[in-house]
Amino acid sequence: MSKEKFITLKSTAVPLPIENIDTDQIIPARFLKATTREGFGENLFRDWRYDSEGKPKPDFVLNDPRYKGKILVAGKNFGCGSSREHAAWALADFGFRVVVSSFFADIFKNNALNNAVLPVTVSDEFLNKALRTIEADPSTEITVDLENQTITLADGSSETFDINPYKKTCLMNGYDDIDYLLSLRDEIRNYELTHS
Amino acid sequence: MSQKPRTLFEKIWDLHVVKQREGYPDVLYIDRHFIHEVTSPQAFAGLRKRGIKVFNPSRTTATADHNVPTLNQHLPIREELSRHQVETLKKNCEEFGITMYGLGHPYQGIVHIIGPELGLTLPGMTIVCGDSHTSTHGAFGAIAFGIGTSEVEQVLATQCILQHRPKTMRIEINGKLGKGVVSKDIILYIISKISAGGATGYFVEYAGEAIRNLSMEARMTICNMSIEMGARGGLIAPDDTTFEYIKGRKYAPQGEAFEKAVEQWRQLATDEGATYDKVLQFDASDIAPMITYGTNPGMGIKVTDRIPTVEELKDINEQTSFRKSLEYMGLEPGTPLLGKPVDYVFIGSCTNARIEDLRMVASIVKGKKKAGNVEVWIVPGSKQVEAQARAEGLDKIFEEAGFQLRQPGCSACLAMNEDKIPAGKYCISTSNRNFEGRQGPKSRTFLASPLMAAAAAITGRVTDVRELV
Repeated sequence: MSKEKFITLKSTAVPLPIENIDTDQIIPARFLKATTREGFGENLFRDWRYDSEGKPKPDFVLNDPRYKGKILVAGKNFGCGSSREHAAWALADFGFRVVVSSFFADIFKNNALNNAVLPVTVSDEFLNKALRTIEADPSTEITVDLENQTITLADGSSETFDINPYKKTCLMNGYDDIDYLLSLRDEIRNYELTHS
Repeated sequence: MSQKPRTLFEKIWDLHVVKQREGYPDVLYIDRHFIHEVTSPQAFAGLRKRGIKVFNPSRTTATADHNVPTLNQHLPIREELSRHQVETLKKNCEEFGITMYGLGHPYQGIVHIIGPELGLTLPGMTIVCGDSHTSTHGAFGAIAFGIGTSEVEQVLATQCILQHRPKTMRIEINGKLGKGVVSKDIILYIISKISAGGATGYFVEYAGEAIRNLSMEARMTICNMSIEMGARGGLIAPDDTTFEYIKGRKYAPQGEAFEKAVEQWRQLATDEGATYDKVLQFDASDIAPMITYGTNPGMGIKVTDRIPTVEELKDINEQTSFRKSLEYMGLEPGTPLLGKPVDYVFIGSCTNARIEDLRMVASIVKGKKKAGNVEVWIVPGSKQVEAQARAEGLDKIFEEAGFQLRQPGCSACLAMNEDKIPAGKYCISTSNRNFEGRQGPKSRTFLASPLMAAAAAITGRVTDVRELV
């Protein structure tokens, strides 16, 4: 089933300079009771974003009117912990298309890619520079070019990032993994017959 | 056929590759798929949308665990969303022809506990589940790892998954463990040494004398927490301990078929001369009873040590996160945890809720009573564990100690159901994650072994269990 295509994105960004942000912070377990994929954005970063009465915490970045955009820039080891794809759904539902960090947890990375949210791994230096740039000027824009695999700050400083060529093709064309796997069903049947 | 020496991981992986293509991830065949109520509904919805069936229903098994109450399981689930989620699983399994062990079934329990106890988990298999602690099954010499819901849909639709081959790491624990030191301490010790992201991108093989000497239950505890250092999974080569555990289990090969299987399983070992991308070695005698003080599983210390100071951190970038973490925990850098009062003790989860864990707890508390300031919950990992505990009279020991023996489920490990630690309260927990709010909004978690949890239940404070054994 085709998904939204991703080619380039130029957007303001939201800084979240905290390391080891686990998927329980991105979406706490008590909000995983839905049986559909929609609506998780409401509870993205729930316990950092709202107090126990449900009022927005003014010191959390998503409640700071200066910061908006489709790019989240976060500290090292983003998305560690639980395999819940709800974390990727929550980020996508909230409107993020890119997460920039110097290190991603494996399962989160796959889940993000399966939901057209692009994880961009940069060096620690570039990450720190990006965070400083956004904090100095929240209206600054970051450009992510998937075709050329580059991320560029407003001052022109740029870094290339890695992405598996298969996943790149999928994202750029809006394909998903199941389309590919379903095309291999005969080979899979044959494997089953010869390996049982 | 002469081949270059391979690791155990490589042997199992190679055997399951259906298709390899330049620039593409491998198409990996999955032998066993476990599902539960939380991460499967959207996958079934995807199948319906595409109008396709489950490719091979006999290879998927379902249970309800994450979101079930642990009291009065015979009654309908009170919370509407939770009830709907569990009912949706049941309907999906009926519609798509999948075996389910739901609430009330004698085989129901935490997915990573019932797989092994039913003999569904076997050496040499590839095993996945929409849960990161699927790494547990690696204890049998299987490639087992957690996946997201889109991948659950892939497996249901094609019995395959697209995966890049991870790098390999060998972690050796040499020598013998000291008194009061158990497998939970080994894994908390490793994670404290290499950090919560220290094995990201790797699949780990655990080896060495201290690992060989462990029971299957203890091996599962170690493999279970592989993900807490970022590893996709962890495995241990099968041996007589493994075969003995599997023998006679419901879905394991029986009789002659079992003997034949064992012959094959004996080949599942890393070849002499095979190389890993990384090798780490630790000495078992350096491991002590461990406890975590922070908000990721890498923030652990020996129970007799003090919390590090900000200045002692190796990476300067970590300082902000470290301060935030200690502030959340209400703890001061440079102070000890020993003697710190606790409010709750949680003994449960896919990490430590097997019969051996409950026996460990009973060995500490027999004839004693819990401290007045603590509430103690024991949540067995499965109906079979619960039944076994009762058959051995452990329930009486717990009852006399003032512990509450509940019914099986994930419970306060992730606090999706009603079992939540109240805000600001400290819980010493045998589970696997101490993240902010993991056990309930603003709850504070100390991860430790069942022995350490039992000791804290008796004294009401963080205690070095070696003083009680």
